[in-house]
Amino acid sequence: MLRFTDVSYEYQTRNAALQALGGLSFAVEEGDSLVIIGPSGCGKSTALLLACGLLQPSGGEVLVAGRPLDAPRQSTALILQDFGLLPWKTVLQNAALGLEIRKVARRERENRARAALQSVGLGDFLQAFPRELSGGMRQRLALARALALDVSLICMDEPLSAVDTMLRESLQDLLLVLWHERGYTSLLVTHSIEEAVFLGRRILVLSARPGRLSALIDNPGMGTAAYRGDAAFYAKCSELRRALAGEGDAANKGNAVEENGVASKAVAAGKGAFDAR
Amino acid sequence: MPADRPSAMPAPAASSRPAEPAPAAPAEPPSAAPPRPAVYPAPAAARRSRRALLRVGGYLAALAAIALGWQITALAINSPALPTPIASVEMLIRYAPQLAPQLAISLYRVVISMLLGTALAVPIGLAIGRSPRLDAVLAPILYILYPIPKIVLLPVLLVLLGLADAPKIVLITITIFFQVLVTVRDAARAVPEQAVLSVRSLGARRWDVYRHVVVPATLPELFTALRISSGTAVAILFFAEAIAGSSGLGYFIVDSWAMIAYPRMFAGIIAMAMMGVVLYEVIDALERHFTRWRG
Repeated sequence: MLRFTDVSYEYQTRNAALQALGGLSFAVEEGDSLVIIGPSGCGKSTALLLACGLLQPSGGEVLVAGRPLDAPRQSTALILQDFGLLPWKTVLQNAALGLEIRKVARRERENRARAALQSVGLGDFLQAFPRELSGGMRQRLALARALALDVSLICMDEPLSAVDTMLRESLQDLLLVLWHERGYTSLLVTHSIEEAVFLGRRILVLSARPGRLSALIDNPGMGTAAYRGDAAFYAKCSELRRALAGEGDAANKGNAVEENGVASKAVAAGKGAFDAR
Repeated sequence: MPADRPSAMPAPAASSRPAEPAPAAPAEPPSAAPPRPAVYPAPAAARRSRRALLRVGGYLAALAAIALGWQITALAINSPALPTPIASVEMLIRYAPQLAPQLAISLYRVVISMLLGTALAVPIGLAIGRSPRLDAVLAPILYILYPIPKIVLLPVLLVLLGLADAPKIVLITITIFFQVLVTVRDAARAVPEQAVLSVRSLGARRWDVYRHVVVPATLPELFTALRISSGTAVAILFFAEAIAGSSGLGYFIVDSWAMIAYPRMFAGIIAMAMMGVVLYEVIDALERHFTRWRG
């Protein structure tokens, strides 16, 4: 479904080129769930934007469904940290936005958006504006927008980092259920070890910047909400924590960069790509 | 480098055209609160009517306070140049038949100019704001031209375009054009990149990004610019009409002044003030309608 082959990416900062990814290779099978985790500033978000076609690699190749990616793909959806909702559109309009851009007729897109909103429990808030929703509801709306598109690949950049723990777990459960029901390929970036183990059938640990594959952990036990209380879950969390510990040290010694700094650079680079069009 | 002035736009042909009837003023309590999402229908409706009531009450109280201040000032000054509120209303009624056509002409000039200036400035401002390359070329020109008080062009325009509507409309259009252009450009630059990225990830092309993100995101700034420049527009209109031509409220006021007809002059002043208030309120109502999402 998704294959990175020796992918590197450089940001042009004012004074120098900053290498965010240095030769990253991995593959995700159709319908699988891959979580990317790594130390701050390791290029996690960059990898995600590359997978969505919003950035172009400086070196190497990104293939989605066997084809190189030179522009955002119609059947990929991206969910960002701040949800990427448009405050001037109602819940229904936000959920139908992807379909509107794809020029789906009004009646059909509203029906599909309504169904998607129903499936995330927002069926009663169609005419509300995003500012009238709680953080968890906004998150579910962002999810509904992706679901309405009926896409085959959903990329998520720390989608649950802005909600509190209790809500976070119920949204994780929702993500799990939807992944089972819909059968899409899921690519999730997180900095939470528990979230990675709960939602990732495979967990990719990135090295400190420039990001490379440091470890790929299989997690066959995931897939049920009960896993969270399982002994195997804790064992897997410890395994992941050990794998991350080495990388965290390396990052702290040398070139640790604020995650937000890199993320905003990624956004700036995305903007550059937009302007170049 | 000769800046490409917006004066290239077609100036409406002289004053032969009868002035349009004034656009409908907003219903006094400006069309109530924006419709709220029907999440909790009953309380929302109650809240809405209460807010409308508060708004009307606020306006009435404000009017009373202004009238009181005016009355006190007029009594203190005790000059025919500043009549009391009640006397002014009498004048307004007395001179209404003479005032109405002048008001219509003035309103026509200012509304057309604001529409033209906005229509020209918005697309250019959005384009400059979203394209660093275009910005690099055009921003220096903008920085030099923006601070120039456009009113100084009035003599030039009078020579070039005569004494009728054209020079007034062009002058106000240029003023509005620059104010809206600078505001829209800055607002377009400040559009959150996250919103742009998320829409692009949905497959949006450049046009979709403008339509779904950039334009709605800049609307609040645009309306702020329009509200502020409506005052400037009326002021410039007054100057233009007072200096040249023989129509419009500005002419009416200066003409009365020359004839030492103070009550008549004051009726004109009130009409002009009312025109300013109506313009402001119309823009305010439009803003509330188009930016409902801000609540």
